[in-house]
Amino acid sequence: MTELFSWDFALEVMPPLLRGAVVTFLATVGGFAASLIVGGVLLGFCRSSAAPIALFGRSLVELLRSTPLLIQIYFLFFVLPETGIVLDPVVTGIVALGLYHGAYVAEAYRAGFDSIPRGQWDAVESLRFSRYAALRHLILPQAIIPLIPALGNTFITMLKDTPILAAITVPEMMFEANDVGSQSFRYIEPITLAAIGYLIMSCIAASFIHLLQNNLGRYK
Amino acid sequence: MALIWQYRFDFLIGILWTLKLSVMSAALAFVLSIFAGICRASRNSFVRIPASIYVEFFRGTSALAQLFWLFYVLPYLGVNLSPTQCATLGLGLCFGAYGAEVVRGCIDAVPKDQIDAAAALNFSWFHTMRIVILPEALIMMMPLFANLLIELIKATSLVSLITIPDLTFQAKAIISKSYSSGNVLLVTLAIYLAISLAASTGMKRIETALSHGRVVRGVR
Repeated sequence: MTELFSWDFALEVMPPLLRGAVVTFLATVGGFAASLIVGGVLLGFCRSSAAPIALFGRSLVELLRSTPLLIQIYFLFFVLPETGIVLDPVVTGIVALGLYHGAYVAEAYRAGFDSIPRGQWDAVESLRFSRYAALRHLILPQAIIPLIPALGNTFITMLKDTPILAAITVPEMMFEANDVGSQSFRYIEPITLAAIGYLIMSCIAASFIHLLQNNLGRYK
Repeated sequence: MALIWQYRFDFLIGILWTLKLSVMSAALAFVLSIFAGICRASRNSFVRIPASIYVEFFRGTSALAQLFWLFYVLPYLGVNLSPTQCATLGLGLCFGAYGAEVVRGCIDAVPKDQIDAAAALNFSWFHTMRIVILPEALIMMMPLFANLLIELIKATSLVSLITIPDLTFQAKAIISKSYSSGNVLLVTLAIYLAISLAASTGMKRIETALSHGRVVRGVR
């Protein structure tokens, strides 16, 4: 116990940390998928031709963006059961991440759509494309490339937000690190390893996003 | 609402702590970001590489992991920081790294002719920075810093997990005392929203004041 960083103990804490890393990964991927959907729905609200719906959408985006994720997570965790909806903490966490980051994704979508020159919409109309075909063949393929860096940022930010889920007992990496620490009274190894784990995961995610960007960017 | 009024002083203490931590860590982050940003924009690799390591490390790991590391691990290394010091240092270091990227980007965005002009006038490096580059870069930085400030205010909710009685901590304490969560959390959300809105309005004012009488690329 006298040495500063014990490699034996570090090896010993690896299994729970890796279990936590799997939960972290699942929560990130789940939250990301949820935020892509939520972002679309929010943008749909904001772009609605009915003024009350558009106002509702914009207020919701503003509210989600300017209040802390931790409070939103507590809100879902404490208030949903009172209304009769009982969700697993992991699901609650994924919903919270999806809502919070969905507001940012909506902004990213908006920027992507706005980056398409007006002439493209006119061209679509003059060629009598249906709305679906226009989106599918012309608008989305162009809108998606400038979106990748923004969505990649969202993914990495979300990865680094997952430790907050530990506050509602989701057994992700930080939760496991804390747990091991409180059992053994040794915090150096688990928390340092967890921090390095996030660094490694975000580096992998960043290089993957780069790859994606280069591959899709080719067709431009 | 009677419940909220009953616990008004708990809320007030929380608000004061949140504001205090936001101001202190924002000040630290601002100084760090200017310093690290100038280092990262430098051509001298002895200055640039350490600054890059700092930025990449603190951007790559989770803010909560950093706070936990300062709070749980440092005491084992013989450094005893109070929770307030941990929180200020942790948030300051983390957002300093994000801010450094903003500063670097804006310094790079100052037109190169300006630097040539400064060189032609035989300005020293320090004078070029202080009189020519920074005043222009600062105006471009303001909207981005405003975003970061909001992020920072939201991130202060994390310090509740290292025992600081900020607004989130107080909200949780009130919930466990009163057994009612919905109203308390709604009020907490509203308070955070108000603080964020006040901060973004204030930053807009500063931006207008700074750009008075100037026309800079990137700002209308």
